[in-house]
Amino acid sequence: MSDTTQNGPVLAADGTPLKRSLAKALRMQKIRALMLIAPLLLFILVTFILPVGDMLFRSVDNRIVQEVLPRTVDALESWDPAGSDLPDEAVFAALAVDLKAAAEIKVHTRVAKRLNYENPGISSVFRKSGRKIKNWDVENEGPYKERLIELNDGWADIELWRTIKTYSGLRTIGYFLNAVDMKLGSEGIEVRPETERIYNTMLIRTMRMSLIIMVSCILLGYPVAWLLANLPTRSANMLMILVLLPFWTSLLVRTSSWKILLQQQGVINDVLVWIGIVGDDNRLVLINNELGTIIAMTHILLPFMILPMYSVMQTIQPTYLRAAKSLGATNWTAFWRVYFPQSVPGIGAGSILCFILAVGYYITPALVGGTKGTFISNLIAYHISSSGNWGLGAALGAILLVVVLLLYWVYDKLVGIDNVKLG
Amino acid sequence: MSALPPYATTGQRVWFYSFRVICGLIFFFLIAPIIVIIPLSFNAQDFFTFTPEMLRLDPEGYSLKHYRDFFSNDSWQSSMWNSLKIAPMATLVSVTFGTLAAIGLSQPHVPFRRAIMAILISPMIVPLIISAAGMYFFYSRIGLQGTYLGVVLAHAALGIPFVIITVTATLVGFDRSLTRAAANMGADPVTTFFRIQMPLILPGVISGGLFAFITSFDEVVVVLFVGSAGQKTLPWQMFIGLREQISPTILAVATLLVAISIMLLATVEMLRRRSERLRGMSPS
Repeated sequence: MSDTTQNGPVLAADGTPLKRSLAKALRMQKIRALMLIAPLLLFILVTFILPVGDMLFRSVDNRIVQEVLPRTVDALESWDPAGSDLPDEAVFAALAVDLKAAAEIKVHTRVAKRLNYENPGISSVFRKSGRKIKNWDVENEGPYKERLIELNDGWADIELWRTIKTYSGLRTIGYFLNAVDMKLGSEGIEVRPETERIYNTMLIRTMRMSLIIMVSCILLGYPVAWLLANLPTRSANMLMILVLLPFWTSLLVRTSSWKILLQQQGVINDVLVWIGIVGDDNRLVLINNELGTIIAMTHILLPFMILPMYSVMQTIQPTYLRAAKSLGATNWTAFWRVYFPQSVPGIGAGSILCFILAVGYYITPALVGGTKGTFISNLIAYHISSSGNWGLGAALGAILLVVVLLLYWVYDKLVGIDNVKLG
Repeated sequence: MSALPPYATTGQRVWFYSFRVICGLIFFFLIAPIIVIIPLSFNAQDFFTFTPEMLRLDPEGYSLKHYRDFFSNDSWQSSMWNSLKIAPMATLVSVTFGTLAAIGLSQPHVPFRRAIMAILISPMIVPLIISAAGMYFFYSRIGLQGTYLGVVLAHAALGIPFVIITVTATLVGFDRSLTRAAANMGADPVTTFFRIQMPLILPGVISGGLFAFITSFDEVVVVLFVGSAGQKTLPWQMFIGLREQISPTILAVATLLVAISIMLLATVEMLRRRSERLRGMSPS
């Protein structure tokens, strides 16, 4: 015994202290693990994280005004937008120089488009003046104030100058304010008039419909998950195929199938007419409205609700229920007080998953939703691909992303992202 | 729980059977929309509903005309080939990078494991429209927008979370002493990987690959933004068809896609069972 007791540190075979040797081995292990992860991490950063970050940056980016009208922005520095006077001659002279330079390389339309989002009508003032100003001598043909106003009386509108002044910074929260139906007036943030509010309605509609879809998934998914968890393994596996087949079937196949079934001349209406519930002359309108989106998306997201519920219910011991009943509980009490609380984690996991997926849906609402059943995603797609108001699209996207990431964070706390099961 | 006990009261019997009926209806809701398009795709008319001939099971009412149309129409054919060119490449990229990273992630001491995992899973969480818009801007800036490579990279990024999730799940049951034993007998890390670890985790890798494949094969939002006419895939063509003028050829395409998904589902189920069996055998 006394032979093995040593003074000083324990040494490894090669004579280095064991502690240091272990630390070195551990460090090597960490580096090796990171080396294996590094290629993928780099790949995801370049192909995914950077693009998303780049888009989010567009929601606050406002460099265009300073780039195209640098002298005007400088000259406007000393002008007081709260007053009732138009800017002085120096500002107009600066604008003439900027506008001529911009019109020569045809970028005045871009700044016109940018400012038009905030104050409709500005675009035409810029475009019309830009066309004429190319022939001016902007050095010594003043006074420019009178000449510009003569060219287009839009320049005499003080609101136009207030807009330029408000949106002359490099960054703006204007897009975000637009996305929540507000605007940056000369006196600060104000709410848009009732008739111009569309985005809040859209956001609320997206949330409301996602909630309805989530609740219908819970209602339809719970009995099925219960049945699957309580049947013998063989028959449960057979029935599981009926849940997994929709899960594996192409999203477009399922959407087109609903599009065909729900038509007024489609199979569902035919059957209803044949049974006699509905008259042939007033067939139900099941598609191109909210109902169509809700039916199709409930069908599409139902497997995502059933699978997590099933995996939680599988772990609930049936003996608890029997114990509750033998202690005198009625069937309902035994279910509600004993079984249901244990199945809540499954409901939670499934609900968050369904809600996250529903909020960001694009394809199905676009195809079966008509105009009443579209989601915020459809609006983002419209701004990115059709209207060209990228900043607003990005701001709406950022809001959607924050909602989704918050829910994802809750999901991670509740279930753990490592525990996601596929199939 | 599964069978009705002999002492059940009438009330319990009624509830038992009505519960089964409710579940049956929900299963019907799940499966019917997929099944119903199969007979409809053999419709001899250009209708989207059952014709009287079809209901009488008259052979006159059925035909392969929509399938013929699919195989002879240029735009459908080129979109099918585009899909078949893009999906396997995207799968290859995601499986290669994804498997390596999953092995790295399942090592016992990985710094910032949670953060890394969150980043790698993010393509699955971020709404597709946001990913698509971001990729559209960024890829146009670096000249990848509208190219084959751009679409492959975008789809590979979307498939990676599935590979990571399935492969890490398989690695949880992997017996680490096997690699140590191999190293002990003189195998270098590369040999150990290909001869010992790979065969054992192969089921997980393949099912991850199938997930990645179906993700790319089924994807439409990102390809709409990142791709150009030259990369028009099958889902893209279907999306246009559904949006503008819906032609019954879509039913034939949908039926073929359902057949593909049945095959994929069968393969994944088989692999899952095999992997569970393998795991059951290895000492843990």
